[in-house]
Amino acid sequence: MALEREFCKWSYCQKPPVETIETDLLIVGGGMAACGAAVEAAAWAKATGIKVKLVDKAALDRSGAVAMGLSAINTFIGENPVDDYVKYVRTDLMGIIREDLVHSLGCHVDQTVFDFEEWGLPIWKKDKEGHTVDGQVAKDEGLPSLKDGGTPCRSGRWQIMINGESYKVIVAEAAKNALGMDNIYERVFIVKLLTDKNNPNRVCGAIGFSVREHKVYVFKCKAMIVACGGVVNVFRPRSVGEGQGRAWYPVWNAGSTYAMPAEIGAKMVLMENRFVPARFKDGYGPVGAWFLFFKAQATNAYNEDYMQKNWEQVKKEYPGYADSPGTCLRNHAAMIEMRAGRGPILMHTDKAMQELAKVLSKKELKHLEAEAWEDFLDMSISAASLWASMNMEPDKVPSEIIPSEPYLLGSHAGCAGLWVSGPSKNYLGAPDDWFWGYDRMTTVEGLFTAGDGVGASGHKFSSGSHAEGRMAAKGAIAFILDHKDDKLEPGQNIDEVIAEIFLPFEIYEKYKDYTTAPEINPNYLLPKQIQSRLQKIMDEYVGGVATMYMTNKPMLEEGLRRLTFLKEDAQRMAARDLHELMRAWEQYHRILAGEAHLRHILFREETRYPGYYYRSDFLNIDDNKWRVFTISQYDPKTNEWKFETKPYVQLVK
Amino acid sequence: MPSFVIAEKCDGCKALDKTACQYICPNDLMVLDPEKKKAYNQEPDQCWECFNCVKICPQQAIEVRHYADIMPLGSSTFPLRGTDNIMWTIKFRDGKTVKRFKFPIRTTPEGSIDVFKGKTIPSDVADLKKPGFFTGPARTK
Repeated sequence: MALEREFCKWSYCQKPPVETIETDLLIVGGGMAACGAAVEAAAWAKATGIKVKLVDKAALDRSGAVAMGLSAINTFIGENPVDDYVKYVRTDLMGIIREDLVHSLGCHVDQTVFDFEEWGLPIWKKDKEGHTVDGQVAKDEGLPSLKDGGTPCRSGRWQIMINGESYKVIVAEAAKNALGMDNIYERVFIVKLLTDKNNPNRVCGAIGFSVREHKVYVFKCKAMIVACGGVVNVFRPRSVGEGQGRAWYPVWNAGSTYAMPAEIGAKMVLMENRFVPARFKDGYGPVGAWFLFFKAQATNAYNEDYMQKNWEQVKKEYPGYADSPGTCLRNHAAMIEMRAGRGPILMHTDKAMQELAKVLSKKELKHLEAEAWEDFLDMSISAASLWASMNMEPDKVPSEIIPSEPYLLGSHAGCAGLWVSGPSKNYLGAPDDWFWGYDRMTTVEGLFTAGDGVGASGHKFSSGSHAEGRMAAKGAIAFILDHKDDKLEPGQNIDEVIAEIFLPFEIYEKYKDYTTAPEINPNYLLPKQIQSRLQKIMDEYVGGVATMYMTNKPMLEEGLRRLTFLKEDAQRMAARDLHELMRAWEQYHRILAGEAHLRHILFREETRYPGYYYRSDFLNIDDNKWRVFTISQYDPKTNEWKFETKPYVQLVK
Repeated sequence: MPSFVIAEKCDGCKALDKTACQYICPNDLMVLDPEKKKAYNQEPDQCWECFNCVKICPQQAIEVRHYADIMPLGSSTFPLRGTDNIMWTIKFRDGKTVKRFKFPIRTTPEGSIDVFKGKTIPSDVADLKKPGFFTGPARTK
């Protein structure tokens, strides 16, 4: 029998005032994709007179995954053909991507990078002698911008180096100035979406609350872009003390992008996919520049190059997929060593720097050292501090790297997300059912997404997410103009939704005096306690670090049984203040995203992403049956999930 | 603790219209103690150590004592963020090794970005369903 439900009757908690805002387009989120959407929408708003609002749970200057900055832009097509970008993404994501989405993104991403540079982002260049100069020097020396044919400093085929401490500040400033602060709501956390009374498959609004004052916001809109990042700390992280905040991806990404659309029936795709970044241990410093730019080698504890050592084996295990090493298979090669007890895995920064010292002048070497530190200081400062705290100079000693806890996302080296429409009918020969009218629209009418939200198309990174936000904005505005005369009315009872949102306050006030310690009370759980249990379930049963990413059908079924209890218990969450109310709803979103992940892994009976996770009962890649998109749909009324598959179709030969 | 506030230095941003660290923290961690009128980090194990509170504090009252479960005490990493560059001072635990770096952060004046400057505002709504942005065309291959 299920736990008895509580309802908020405003007996213990005061009903908050409600502000209702009417708009045409609502952008939910404030990261790269949302800022891209804001800029493009603002231009079209000038032309068409439509209203655009943006709502962010943090402050736009430093919200999202780029809050700390970045040391590189990982997607800039430049001198490469877009088709090669599609092939690279396909290889890295083990052969199942939506090539219409990836290709169209590849066609747009460079323009957004040109704009970043024009707005003031310093981009490293090669000068006439082929020397690397930082973005300010490049400007001072009059080197041409990327748009005018300037040569970026490539750290890999698709990556370019930047001085990116203020990357997000710049992108946010562009969005703020374009849209106007009157149209931006900061510190408002959206938790529920609204659908039309006459068409439950049509989005028409969103409800959230201020995390600064006791107040509810109801947004009514004709179209919406939901872009609030991926899911972090849904799995138990390797650090469970203070260090759990040092997640690789931003710790505030709570899966809202997946959970809110799922709750109104939007279809999700490849939610079994995850990303397990192998990074500098504990500080999560990026490895890309070390591998690609400084040409460092990674080995097991005994100086054996695990890629060389294990690659023949990997080719035999996953024939056809190991010809060029994708991210998950590189993890897999390292994990072979870890499971055999030959860790830790070491990144030989020292040897790489010593090799470079042989060919560089003293001044160049000094510059190189600064570049190595900047790589960390621009995007994962703690990783630099970790060196300092342990007296480690990277040019003298190697550092540990390790595969981390899993993350769910769609913009980096992963492709979980929502199933969306392609850019146009039969784009590159895409099947008819990959397009339903508007670029990047989910299966819910009027609901769009971008960045981490769009599934089956990874490797967008920061620039691609911004570009995709702009593409989604155009799709959404086209939708609005085609549906000008629609009269929408929420099918949900707004007062009931508000009562549900504030239930954790009511529960706390109702029961708090029953015990002498607020943390221990049989009538409720605090959000942090819910999160701990979620993390433990995901870690132990769904292939977290506890089992070295291994799971099977019985484990998943047991995980689901426990998750079902947790889902019920989550209706008994208590919150003591607005900050904790935000945490409560973040956990609610995490649980739904975690459940989608679990159910998708259960559905796909193969190991499509070795090195990200393993089904021990189906260890092989099974292309005959499973080279397909796995698509799920959640029904919150019946609490049931429906699964279907659609064949992968190759568009780029 | 991640970020911590030095009691003596924090003035609660009393001369400003908002508490800077509270305004900027992406994870809503920095709050102003209403009685002491000083800020603190309310949930240290949810701190990303992004240093945005450190960078924005007008009193330089915020620093980071790194994750207790990971890092030995004694080192420090401190930024001074200006309008066009950032200077980092990194002191090792050994008390001897000090690294100083200065990096550019933007090439345009703060607040100056005008995305419409020099661009043609789109006018043909048919273009909404075609590739390209208002700032420039999409490539085709």
